[in-house]
Amino acid sequence: MNSGERTVEVVRAMASAVEESHRELTKLDSAIGDGDHGTNMRRGFEAVLGKLDESPPDSPSDVLKSAAMTLIGKVGGAAGPLYGTAFLRASSALAGKADITPPDVAEALEAALGGVKQRGKAEPGDKTMVDALTPAVAAAKEAATSGSAADVLRAAADAAAEGAEATIPLTAKRGRASYLGPRSAGHKDPGAASTALLLDAAARSLGG
Amino acid sequence: MVGLILVSHSKEIAEGTADIVRQMAGEVVEVRPAGGDPDGGVGTDPERLKNAIEGMSADEILVFVDIGSAVLSTEAVIEMLDVSLRGRVHLVDAPLVEGAFAAGVMASTGADASECIEAAVEARTVPKLRGG
Repeated sequence: MNSGERTVEVVRAMASAVEESHRELTKLDSAIGDGDHGTNMRRGFEAVLGKLDESPPDSPSDVLKSAAMTLIGKVGGAAGPLYGTAFLRASSALAGKADITPPDVAEALEAALGGVKQRGKAEPGDKTMVDALTPAVAAAKEAATSGSAADVLRAAADAAAEGAEATIPLTAKRGRASYLGPRSAGHKDPGAASTALLLDAAARSLGG
Repeated sequence: MVGLILVSHSKEIAEGTADIVRQMAGEVVEVRPAGGDPDGGVGTDPERLKNAIEGMSADEILVFVDIGSAVLSTEAVIEMLDVSLRGRVHLVDAPLVEGAFAAGVMASTGADASECIEAAVEARTVPKLRGG
Protein backbone atom coordinates (compact mmCIF):
# COMPACT_ATOMS: atom_id res chain seq x y z
CA MET A 1 0.00 0.00 0.00
CA ASN A 2 1.46 3.36 -0.95
CA SER A 3 1.16 6.46 1.21
CA GLY A 4 -1.78 7.84 -0.79
CA GLU A 5 -3.71 4.59 -0.33
CA ARG A 6 -2.83 4.58 3.34
CA THR A 7 -4.19 8.11 3.68
CA VAL A 8 -7.42 6.97 2.03
CA GLU A 9 -7.60 4.20 4.66
CA VAL A 10 -7.17 6.80 7.41
CA VAL A 11 -10.04 8.86 5.99
CA ARG A 12 -12.15 5.70 5.66
CA ALA A 13 -11.54 4.92 9.31
CA MET A 14 -12.63 8.45 10.21
CA ALA A 15 -15.83 7.99 8.20
CA SER A 16 -16.58 4.68 9.98
CA ALA A 17 -16.03 6.27 13.36
CA VAL A 18 -18.42 9.10 12.48
CA GLU A 19 -20.96 6.55 11.25
CA GLU A 20 -20.72 4.67 14.57
CA SER A 21 -20.83 7.76 16.77
CA HIS A 22 -23.05 10.22 14.92
CA ARG A 23 -25.91 9.83 17.38
CA GLU A 24 -23.65 10.62 20.30
CA LEU A 25 -22.31 13.74 18.52
CA THR A 26 -25.83 14.90 17.76
CA LYS A 27 -26.81 14.32 21.39
CA LEU A 28 -23.92 16.51 22.57
CA ASP A 29 -24.89 19.16 20.04
CA SER A 30 -28.54 19.04 21.09
CA ALA A 31 -27.49 20.09 24.59
CA ILE A 32 -25.73 23.32 23.58
CA GLY A 33 -25.92 23.70 19.79
CA ASP A 34 -28.51 23.15 17.10
CA GLY A 35 -28.46 19.36 17.29
CA ASP A 36 -27.16 18.52 13.85
CA HIS A 37 -23.43 17.92 14.30
CA GLY A 38 -23.62 14.12 14.05
CA THR A 39 -25.98 14.20 11.09
CA ASN A 40 -23.87 16.80 9.31
CA MET A 41 -20.57 15.00 9.89
CA ARG A 42 -22.10 11.72 8.75
CA ARG A 43 -23.41 13.28 5.54
CA GLY A 44 -20.04 14.96 4.97
CA PHE A 45 -17.91 11.86 5.41
CA GLU A 46 -20.28 9.74 3.31
CA ALA A 47 -19.74 12.27 0.51
CA VAL A 48 -15.97 12.26 1.13
CA LEU A 49 -15.87 8.48 0.62
CA GLY A 50 -18.03 8.74 -2.49
CA LYS A 51 -15.64 11.26 -4.00
CA LEU A 52 -12.52 9.26 -3.05
CA ASP A 53 -14.01 6.10 -4.61
CA GLU A 54 -14.94 7.98 -7.76
CA SER A 55 -11.53 9.56 -8.33
CA PRO A 56 -8.86 8.28 -5.92
CA PRO A 57 -6.00 10.79 -5.64
CA ASP A 58 -2.39 9.56 -5.62
CA SER A 59 -0.68 11.47 -2.84
CA PRO A 60 -1.58 12.00 0.82
CA SER A 61 -1.82 15.73 0.15
CA ASP A 62 -4.31 15.22 -2.68
CA VAL A 63 -6.41 12.80 -0.60
CA LEU A 64 -6.72 15.40 2.17
CA LYS A 65 -7.48 18.14 -0.35
CA SER A 66 -10.28 16.11 -1.90
CA ALA A 67 -11.70 15.48 1.58
CA ALA A 68 -11.38 19.18 2.46
CA MET A 69 -13.34 20.27 -0.57
CA THR A 70 -16.15 17.82 0.13
CA LEU A 71 -16.30 18.60 3.86
CA ILE A 72 -16.65 22.32 3.18
CA GLY A 73 -19.40 21.61 0.68
CA LYS A 74 -21.35 18.87 2.44
CA VAL A 75 -21.04 19.15 6.21
CA GLY A 76 -22.61 22.58 6.45
CA GLY A 77 -22.85 24.86 9.45
CA ALA A 78 -19.61 26.03 10.99
CA ALA A 79 -18.15 22.53 11.22
CA GLY A 80 -17.93 22.19 7.41
CA PRO A 81 -15.69 25.18 6.78
CA LEU A 82 -13.71 24.50 9.98
CA TYR A 83 -12.96 20.84 9.23
CA GLY A 84 -12.54 21.69 5.56
CA THR A 85 -9.93 24.28 6.47
CA ALA A 86 -8.21 21.84 8.82
CA PHE A 87 -7.92 19.22 6.06
CA LEU A 88 -6.90 21.83 3.51
CA ARG A 89 -4.08 23.17 5.68
CA ALA A 90 -2.94 19.63 6.49
CA SER A 91 -2.96 18.93 2.76
CA SER A 92 -0.79 21.99 2.07
CA ALA A 93 1.64 20.94 4.81
CA LEU A 94 2.09 17.56 3.10
CA ALA A 95 2.22 18.89 -0.47
CA GLY A 96 4.88 17.24 -2.62
CA LYS A 97 5.62 14.52 -0.05
CA ALA A 98 5.26 10.90 -1.11
CA ASP A 99 6.57 9.43 2.13
CA ILE A 100 5.11 10.83 5.30
CA THR A 101 7.44 10.88 8.31
CA PRO A 102 6.28 11.16 11.94
CA PRO A 103 7.35 14.85 12.09
CA ASP A 104 5.32 15.42 8.88
CA VAL A 105 2.22 14.11 10.67
CA ALA A 106 2.82 16.47 13.59
CA GLU A 107 3.36 19.37 11.18
CA ALA A 108 0.15 18.57 9.32
CA LEU A 109 -1.77 18.59 12.61
CA GLU A 110 -0.17 21.89 13.58
CA ALA A 111 -1.14 23.39 10.23
CA ALA A 112 -4.70 22.12 10.74
CA LEU A 113 -4.84 23.75 14.16
CA GLY A 114 -3.57 27.04 12.74
CA GLY A 115 -6.30 26.97 10.10
CA VAL A 116 -9.07 26.22 12.58
CA LYS A 117 -7.93 28.99 14.93
CA GLN A 118 -7.72 31.50 12.11
CA ARG A 119 -11.03 30.58 10.52
CA GLY A 120 -13.00 30.20 13.74
CA LYS A 121 -11.19 33.01 15.56
CA ALA A 122 -11.10 30.70 18.56
CA GLU A 123 -8.46 30.30 21.25
CA PRO A 124 -7.92 27.56 23.83
CA GLY A 125 -10.57 27.75 26.55
CA ASP A 126 -13.34 28.94 24.20
CA LYS A 127 -14.98 25.48 24.31
CA THR A 128 -14.37 24.54 20.68
CA MET A 129 -12.41 22.10 18.49
CA VAL A 130 -9.33 24.14 19.39
CA ASP A 131 -9.48 22.73 22.94
CA ALA A 132 -8.99 19.23 21.53
CA LEU A 133 -6.54 20.11 18.74
CA THR A 134 -4.19 22.28 20.79
CA PRO A 135 -3.12 19.55 23.25
CA ALA A 136 -3.18 17.07 20.35
CA VAL A 137 -0.57 19.08 18.45
CA ALA A 138 1.64 19.44 21.52
CA ALA A 139 1.49 15.69 22.16
CA ALA A 140 2.06 14.91 18.48
CA LYS A 141 5.18 17.05 18.32
CA GLU A 142 6.60 15.39 21.40
CA ALA A 143 5.83 11.88 20.10
CA ALA A 144 7.33 12.73 16.69
CA THR A 145 10.83 12.99 18.17
CA SER A 146 11.02 9.23 18.73
CA GLY A 147 7.82 7.47 17.68
CA SER A 148 6.22 6.20 14.45
CA ALA A 149 3.42 7.98 12.57
CA ALA A 150 0.97 5.72 14.40
CA ASP A 151 2.52 6.73 17.75
CA VAL A 152 2.18 10.40 16.80
CA LEU A 153 -1.49 10.01 15.98
CA ARG A 154 -2.12 7.91 19.11
CA ALA A 155 -0.54 10.58 21.31
CA ALA A 156 -2.57 13.25 19.52
CA ALA A 157 -5.79 11.28 19.87
CA ASP A 158 -5.32 10.65 23.60
CA ALA A 159 -4.49 14.30 24.25
CA ALA A 160 -7.49 15.39 22.17
CA ALA A 161 -9.80 13.11 24.15
CA GLU A 162 -8.53 14.65 27.39
CA GLY A 163 -8.90 18.12 25.91
CA ALA A 164 -12.47 17.35 24.86
CA GLU A 165 -13.35 16.10 28.36
CA ALA A 166 -11.86 19.28 29.78
CA THR A 167 -14.36 21.39 27.80
CA ILE A 168 -17.21 20.16 30.02
CA PRO A 169 -16.98 22.86 32.73
CA LEU A 170 -16.13 25.63 30.26
CA THR A 171 -18.45 28.42 29.13
CA ALA A 172 -18.64 28.64 25.32
CA LYS A 173 -17.13 31.75 23.74
CA ARG A 174 -17.67 30.93 20.06
CA GLY A 175 -20.50 29.60 17.90
CA ARG A 176 -24.13 29.12 18.73
CA ALA A 177 -23.39 27.74 22.21
CA SER A 178 -21.85 31.09 23.15
CA TYR A 179 -25.35 32.63 23.12
CA LEU A 180 -26.20 30.32 26.03
CA GLY A 181 -23.51 31.92 28.21
CA PRO A 182 -23.06 30.10 31.54
CA ARG A 183 -25.73 27.56 30.58
CA SER A 184 -23.27 26.03 28.11
CA ALA A 185 -21.15 24.83 31.07
CA GLY A 186 -21.64 21.20 32.10
CA HIS A 187 -21.65 19.81 28.55
CA LYS A 188 -18.84 18.48 26.40
CA ASP A 189 -18.24 20.54 23.25
CA PRO A 190 -19.41 18.53 20.22
CA GLY A 191 -16.65 19.90 17.96
CA ALA A 192 -13.94 18.96 20.45
CA ALA A 193 -15.58 15.53 20.77
CA SER A 194 -15.62 14.94 17.00
CA THR A 195 -12.00 16.10 16.72
CA ALA A 196 -10.97 13.51 19.32
CA LEU A 197 -13.07 10.89 17.53
CA LEU A 198 -11.41 11.55 14.14
CA LEU A 199 -7.89 11.49 15.57
CA ASP A 200 -8.61 8.24 17.41
CA ALA A 201 -9.88 6.68 14.18
CA ALA A 202 -6.80 7.89 12.30
CA ALA A 203 -4.49 6.43 14.94
CA ARG A 204 -6.30 3.07 15.01
CA SER A 205 -6.19 2.74 11.23
CA LEU A 206 -2.39 2.91 11.38
CA GLY A 207 -2.29 0.43 14.24
CA GLY A 208 -1.65 3.08 16.90
CA MET B 1 -15.74 46.15 -13.89
CA VAL B 2 -16.75 45.15 -10.37
CA GLY B 3 -19.26 42.35 -9.77
CA LEU B 4 -21.10 41.30 -6.63
CA ILE B 5 -21.91 37.96 -5.02
CA LEU B 6 -24.47 37.87 -2.23
CA VAL B 7 -24.28 35.06 0.34
CA SER B 8 -27.12 34.63 2.79
CA HIS B 9 -28.48 31.78 4.88
CA SER B 10 -31.74 32.46 3.06
CA LYS B 11 -32.19 31.95 -0.67
CA GLU B 12 -34.88 34.64 -0.66
CA ILE B 13 -32.71 37.20 1.15
CA ALA B 14 -29.86 36.68 -1.33
CA GLU B 15 -32.19 36.87 -4.35
CA GLY B 16 -34.18 39.78 -2.93
CA THR B 17 -31.01 41.72 -2.17
CA ALA B 18 -29.82 41.04 -5.72
CA ASP B 19 -33.14 42.48 -6.99
CA ILE B 20 -32.63 45.66 -4.94
CA VAL B 21 -29.07 46.09 -6.22
CA ARG B 22 -30.09 45.46 -9.85
CA GLN B 23 -32.93 47.94 -9.54
CA MET B 24 -30.56 50.72 -8.49
CA ALA B 25 -27.34 49.73 -10.22
CA GLY B 26 -28.90 48.53 -13.44
CA GLU B 27 -27.96 45.56 -15.58
CA VAL B 28 -24.39 46.78 -16.10
CA VAL B 29 -23.33 45.40 -12.72
CA GLU B 30 -23.04 41.63 -12.52
CA VAL B 31 -24.83 40.41 -9.38
CA ARG B 32 -25.18 36.78 -8.37
CA PRO B 33 -27.12 35.55 -5.34
CA ALA B 34 -25.89 32.42 -3.52
CA GLY B 35 -28.32 31.84 -0.69
CA GLY B 36 -29.69 28.87 1.22
CA ASP B 37 -28.42 25.34 1.70
CA PRO B 38 -28.15 22.79 -1.15
CA ASP B 39 -31.79 21.78 -0.67
CA GLY B 40 -33.13 25.32 -0.65
CA GLY B 41 -33.46 25.41 3.14
CA VAL B 42 -31.81 27.82 5.55
CA GLY B 43 -28.01 27.50 5.43
CA THR B 44 -25.13 27.97 3.06
CA ASP B 45 -24.02 26.02 0.01
CA PRO B 46 -20.28 26.36 -0.56
CA GLU B 47 -20.44 24.52 -3.88
CA ARG B 48 -23.00 26.95 -5.24
CA LEU B 49 -20.88 29.81 -3.97
CA LYS B 50 -17.73 28.42 -5.58
CA ASN B 51 -19.56 27.94 -8.89
CA ALA B 52 -20.96 31.47 -8.66
CA ILE B 53 -17.51 32.96 -8.10
CA GLU B 54 -15.95 30.88 -10.89
CA GLY B 55 -18.74 31.87 -13.26
CA MET B 56 -18.28 35.61 -12.79
CA SER B 57 -16.97 37.57 -15.75
CA ALA B 58 -16.26 40.72 -13.67
CA ASP B 59 -12.58 41.59 -13.19
CA GLU B 60 -13.00 42.17 -9.47
CA ILE B 61 -15.51 40.24 -7.39
CA LEU B 62 -16.90 41.56 -4.11
CA VAL B 63 -18.54 38.99 -1.85
CA PHE B 64 -21.10 40.08 0.76
CA VAL B 65 -22.22 37.72 3.52
CA ASP B 66 -24.79 37.71 6.29
CA ILE B 67 -23.99 35.91 9.53
CA GLY B 68 -22.13 33.12 11.32
CA SER B 69 -21.26 30.14 9.16
CA ALA B 70 -21.88 32.13 5.95
CA VAL B 71 -18.70 34.03 6.83
CA LEU B 72 -16.74 30.84 7.61
CA SER B 73 -17.99 29.02 4.50
CA THR B 74 -17.16 31.95 2.27
CA GLU B 75 -13.66 32.31 3.71
CA ALA B 76 -13.06 28.59 3.26
CA VAL B 77 -14.32 28.64 -0.35
CA ILE B 78 -12.11 31.62 -1.18
CA GLU B 79 -9.10 29.76 0.26
CA MET B 80 -9.84 26.86 -2.10
CA LEU B 81 -9.95 28.94 -5.28
CA ASP B 82 -7.17 28.97 -7.84
CA VAL B 83 -4.59 31.57 -6.89
CA SER B 84 -5.23 33.74 -9.97
CA LEU B 85 -8.96 33.92 -9.26
CA ARG B 86 -8.47 34.33 -5.51
CA GLY B 87 -6.60 37.57 -6.12
CA ARG B 88 -9.73 39.03 -7.75
CA VAL B 89 -12.10 38.09 -4.94
CA HIS B 90 -12.68 40.38 -1.96
CA LEU B 91 -14.77 39.41 1.06
CA VAL B 92 -16.30 42.69 2.22
CA ASP B 93 -16.75 43.47 5.93
CA ALA B 94 -20.09 45.22 5.56
CA PRO B 95 -23.80 44.57 6.18
CA LEU B 96 -25.25 42.43 3.38
CA VAL B 97 -28.14 44.56 2.14
CA GLU B 98 -26.81 48.05 2.82
CA GLY B 99 -23.27 47.17 1.81
CA ALA B 100 -24.19 45.42 -1.43
CA PHE B 101 -26.54 48.27 -2.31
CA ALA B 102 -23.86 50.93 -1.77
CA ALA B 103 -21.20 48.91 -3.61
CA GLY B 104 -23.57 48.14 -6.49
CA VAL B 105 -24.47 51.78 -7.02
CA MET B 106 -20.79 52.71 -6.86
CA ALA B 107 -19.86 49.92 -9.29
CA SER B 108 -22.48 51.15 -11.78
CA THR B 109 -20.52 54.41 -12.06
CA GLY B 110 -17.44 52.46 -13.15
CA ALA B 111 -15.71 52.80 -9.78
CA ASP B 112 -12.93 50.34 -8.97
CA ALA B 113 -13.03 47.62 -6.32
CA SER B 114 -11.46 49.68 -3.54
CA GLU B 115 -13.96 52.53 -4.04
CA CYS B 116 -16.87 50.07 -4.00
CA ILE B 117 -15.53 48.40 -0.85
CA GLU B 118 -15.12 51.77 0.83
CA ALA B 119 -18.73 52.69 0.02
CA ALA B 120 -19.94 49.35 1.37
CA VAL B 121 -17.98 49.62 4.61
CA GLU B 122 -19.25 53.17 5.13
CA ALA B 123 -22.81 51.90 4.74
CA ARG B 124 -22.44 50.23 8.13
CA THR B 125 -22.29 53.55 9.95
CA VAL B 126 -24.72 55.61 7.92
CA PRO B 127 -27.57 56.52 10.33
CA LYS B 128 -31.06 55.59 9.15
CA LEU B 129 -32.83 58.14 11.32
CA ARG B 130 -32.05 61.80 11.13
CA GLY B 131 -29.70 62.71 13.98
CA GLY B 132 -29.11 58.99 14.65
